[in-house]
Amino acid sequence: MRVVFELAGPLRQHAAGAVDVEVDVLDGASVTDALDALAKAHPAVERRIRDDEGLLRRHVNLFAGGDLVRGSEHSTVLCPGERLVVLPAVSGGGVGLS
Amino acid sequence: MATTALIGTAKGLFVLAGERGGTFTERGPLFAGENVDATLLDTRRDALHPTWFVASMSFHWGPTLRRSDDGGATWTEKDEAPVAFPEGAGASVARIWQLAPGPAGEPDVVYAGVEPAALFQSSDGGRSFQLVEGLWNHPHRTQWAPGGGGLCLHTILVDPRDPDALIVAISTGGVYRSDDAGATWRPSNRGIRAVFLPEPDVEFGQCVHKVGRDAADPDRFYLQHHWGVYRSDDGATTWQPHEAGLPSTFGMPIVAHPRRGGTAWLIPLQSDEYRCTPEGRCRVYRTRDAAENWEALSDGLPQSDAHVTVLRDAFTCDGGDPAGLWFGTRSGEVYASFDEGDRWELIASHLPPVLSVRATAG
Repeated sequence: MRVVFELAGPLRQHAAGAVDVEVDVLDGASVTDALDALAKAHPAVERRIRDDEGLLRRHVNLFAGGDLVRGSEHSTVLCPGERLVVLPAVSGGGVGLS
Repeated sequence: MATTALIGTAKGLFVLAGERGGTFTERGPLFAGENVDATLLDTRRDALHPTWFVASMSFHWGPTLRRSDDGGATWTEKDEAPVAFPEGAGASVARIWQLAPGPAGEPDVVYAGVEPAALFQSSDGGRSFQLVEGLWNHPHRTQWAPGGGGLCLHTILVDPRDPDALIVAISTGGVYRSDDAGATWRPSNRGIRAVFLPEPDVEFGQCVHKVGRDAADPDRFYLQHHWGVYRSDDGATTWQPHEAGLPSTFGMPIVAHPRRGGTAWLIPLQSDEYRCTPEGRCRVYRTRDAAENWEALSDGLPQSDAHVTVLRDAFTCDGGDPAGLWFGTRSGEVYASFDEGDRWELIASHLPPVLSVRATAG
């Protein structure tokens, strides 16, 4: 089946400007499976979403069906055509970002 | 003398270019919004047209490394993470704190120091990096602890006589030395007092801020510690305090002259709690006698109400003759001296906080 990553603006430059990036996964695939497929198809995008250990970056949010999937990437099963929305988290105000 | 300085800031890279004695043009921000923690102007292949490396970190999207072979006109960046821990290491690169050239005769060798503290080596001119596992697997590693900036490996020095002899420094971990190209490492901190510990005379755990190697004697080093300025004359085996003339022994950067032995510079800060220039005076201190004495250099620098901070990699030497010195402040000023520190000029202001400065002149 095919699922779709909807990319935040800053990520699109790493996918030739695309807003939506489709990946093929097996029926019953999880969010982790979709991210693994994204890593093969668009490594420059995926490495900005997950770190070296495969964890979602602290200030990146990933939504499936409108739900935040941080911590449940392995257990969240996707439907055909499901949209996975990648957004930068609201993380301003600290010394680092300010 | 044409000079280029890469100013890494908390909001991107700024490039200053010009002739000594003239005006400098400012270009930037490049990679806006990213912390540019480390840059390298690698002159080993072509002194006049160095290869540029820029390591940065986006708070959202993580660290990356870019390379330019045409003076910053175009950039290349790997799709895959350019500096990454291998699967199973149980760690992820948070920031790239340091980029350093390998041996002069091996221009394809480039080193990267990262947070959490680890050393990576590239053997293909910085296109890919591999973890130096000898240091990563050192039994001390689990006892290293982050300072305020994070657990970083920030200093990488290759012995000009022996490409297999490496010195690295870690905050907080201390100095480590390898004589077998990184296969094995030993702590090299004897004499450096960790005054923030109940027992200051420890084998490792020192908060070394920066180390420079003497130009004439490769076994001589100058070291700025969390408290204390030290010199080693025996290849970093033992260290002795050398602080005569300094208003404070706290500070972050230390820079050794690239050609003249016995000469180095540092910028003291007032205490670990305040971390700004002492007495509201911005002063660089220079030694010309291998740290036996330090003299204040203030001509052209603000001498009242100047409460500035200079971070460990925000002070550098451009390699010109006479040596040009550059430093940037957390308050966004960039100063340079083209006579080895006697006279300083304000080159840029109103920049974001300056994290790193590297420059080349030729």
